[in-house]
Amino acid sequence: MTAAPLASVASSAEAAEDHLQASACPACLAAPSAEELAKSGDIKGARIMLSLPTAHCAVCITDVEREMEAYPGVRSARVNLTLKRVSIDAEANVAADALVEALGKIGYEAYELDPGMLSATETDKRGRDLLMRIGVAGFAMMNIMLLSIAVWSGAEAATRDMFHWISAAIALPTVVFVGQPFFSSAWGGLKHGRVNMDVPISLALILASSISIFETMHHGHHAYFDAAVMLSFFLLVGRYLDYRTRAVARSAAEELAALEVPRANLLRDGVEMIVAVADLKPGDLIRVRPGGRIPADGEVTEGTSETDRSLLTGETLPVYVGPGTMLSAGEVNLTGPLTLRVTAAGKDSSLHRMADLVAMAESAKTRYTTLAERAARFYSPMVHALSFSAFGYWMYATGGDVRFAVNISAAVLIITCPCALGLAVPAVITAASGKLFRKGLLIKDGTALERLAEVDTVVFDKTGTLTMGTPVLEESDTIDEETLSVAAALAVASSHPLAKAILAAAEAREIRPVTLDDLREVPGFGIEGRLGRLSLRLGRADWVGAEPCAATATHLRLGEAPPVTFRFSDHLRTGAAEAVALLTAQGKRVLMVSGDVETAVSALAGKLGITEWYSGALPAEKAALIADLMGQGKRVLMVGDGLNDTAALAAAHVSISPASALDAARTASDIVLLGADLAPVGDALRIAGQARRRIKENFAISAGYNVVAVPLALVGLATPLAAALAMSTSSITVSLNSMRLK
Amino acid sequence: MSILSYLIPISLFLGGFGLVAFLWALKERQYDDPKGDAERILSGKYDDRPKR
Repeated sequence: MTAAPLASVASSAEAAEDHLQASACPACLAAPSAEELAKSGDIKGARIMLSLPTAHCAVCITDVEREMEAYPGVRSARVNLTLKRVSIDAEANVAADALVEALGKIGYEAYELDPGMLSATETDKRGRDLLMRIGVAGFAMMNIMLLSIAVWSGAEAATRDMFHWISAAIALPTVVFVGQPFFSSAWGGLKHGRVNMDVPISLALILASSISIFETMHHGHHAYFDAAVMLSFFLLVGRYLDYRTRAVARSAAEELAALEVPRANLLRDGVEMIVAVADLKPGDLIRVRPGGRIPADGEVTEGTSETDRSLLTGETLPVYVGPGTMLSAGEVNLTGPLTLRVTAAGKDSSLHRMADLVAMAESAKTRYTTLAERAARFYSPMVHALSFSAFGYWMYATGGDVRFAVNISAAVLIITCPCALGLAVPAVITAASGKLFRKGLLIKDGTALERLAEVDTVVFDKTGTLTMGTPVLEESDTIDEETLSVAAALAVASSHPLAKAILAAAEAREIRPVTLDDLREVPGFGIEGRLGRLSLRLGRADWVGAEPCAATATHLRLGEAPPVTFRFSDHLRTGAAEAVALLTAQGKRVLMVSGDVETAVSALAGKLGITEWYSGALPAEKAALIADLMGQGKRVLMVGDGLNDTAALAAAHVSISPASALDAARTASDIVLLGADLAPVGDALRIAGQARRRIKENFAISAGYNVVAVPLALVGLATPLAAALAMSTSSITVSLNSMRLK
Repeated sequence: MSILSYLIPISLFLGGFGLVAFLWALKERQYDDPKGDAERILSGKYDDRPKR
């Protein structure tokens, strides 16, 4: 939150710059005024996007819109409840952070989003294009079916011909227009020497239309216009569902990425300025405030503090830093302000080296073939072979009747319609990912659900995944009241996580902190103060004069008395125990791997009932462990949040990271856990397994229809009515089956 | 049978009318926020068209 105001000021400045670049005219460059902005009709420069995670009802919409439109300089505001965003059209000088603050005052949580990152979902051209084609196909299908029913029920001679001609007039333009997604995809595949699922679809559409035209011209009995249009309608619906699932996942993933605007405080000639992290160069001086994340590798030149490296290494113990200490990008500064000289930025920084590890792991991973792709690989050649051999046989059997033979092979192509592949798989995936989304799991990758269903081994990271990464005071009940109240009084002065934990423990026992004099924090060491004539210190072992101990601890000295040691343990994430129990109950092998020290890891493993665990693992070792398990033929699910997990996340068969994870870890994982609760992970595996079963059932159902209908078509008994019946009933049954997901 | 010369054009016209209405709604971005639109009917604010 502290970074938000700075970020938004800079981004509105950038937006103004964009406008300058957009207008090449030098006069505009000299004086870019708000009126000119308005006159040019270019509202791009003043578009502000805010995320509204808590908006959910009509009152929220009106509240937010009224508040925003009342704000000086705002032209209009529109809430999109589906995306939980408000899009604000304002004068160029309106800063987003002021709007966020205004919304905060009326009780709405809001975050600025980077509109550049959201561009892909904002103009949802592809989705609208598919919807338009579905509409056209649906219109054509209904009208042609009306005429077809008349033909089927016995229209004769001239009437039948007329109905066929009208059908042709509707069907031909429709097929040409709505079939384009299939034609272009089939053509693209053929150009690269691949026969994808769209080849038989396109062939069926083209063959069915042309044979029907030919039959109509020669007063034939059978025309397949309705079949051609119905085929494209059902397949387009499948295509749209598929697209929607991806678009929703992508938009939410983009939103997560757009929330983090990476910036650094650069010191130039003693003046602090905000720059993008990408613009840092070695030798630059940067300042990092307490609570801030170190943006680049560097050496401390000024200030003492402690840093939290848990996201990099998994260690929970804060590390002391002072002048001369080397820091890596990604560590979090805890207590005192630090000035750093950048030693490596951008490509050379340790953050980037970690990203290289991810890239290596990803390139080693073979591309996953989905069930649908495997089915298509088997299906396409088979359909072509069937249709072609039917043509060959009937040519031979009828002594060269091309018209009859082509009719038969077209009927075969139409009846073997790949509706199960084209409609049923997307329908199951849509239903399952919608279900997971409501449980707080966001699927980022289309094939992740199927991969999740195959998992037999689950590897958890410790810090930040199974635990919250925030310490809790151990055995706080046994500490005597006076000691705790003094410790709490000292802890008030610091925002260090251990100090906060002491305060929380004191509050839980309703102990009021005593009043102290000369309270001050010594960054990197601890807090000191005075109680009457007694001098007090709370902090690191060597500074207080206590025996250092292995666990996370802090020490309190009261005057000359022997120091008291406070021990801390990491707080278990809610649902962690349930998730582990659920996974074990499903017969999965559960492992824990952490970069933390052995005592902390074994204690947690005992608490959760995990028998296999590894401590002190380096990032590369984590990835190697995963690779080793994969080498043994195991399908591994990796759940992790830190930078030290990214390589392992990328190497695993499928991976999950919590939304609190670093950007890099979220990018490397396939599924993002949106809430703080870990329990949905166990459920996710069950739902994924169920979805996989439904997909297979759907294949079986459509295969069943084909087993009955294809022999009929082969012997020449399939009428357009039979084709229409087979196609629509199979499409409807597989869709209904997809909805049975629990 | 001459009734067909009325009925077929009428059915085509009605279907076409529905199609045009659908395409218009699509172009006007009326399907962009289905959840929000469902809630907006409860608000007293007059709102004749989606704002950009």
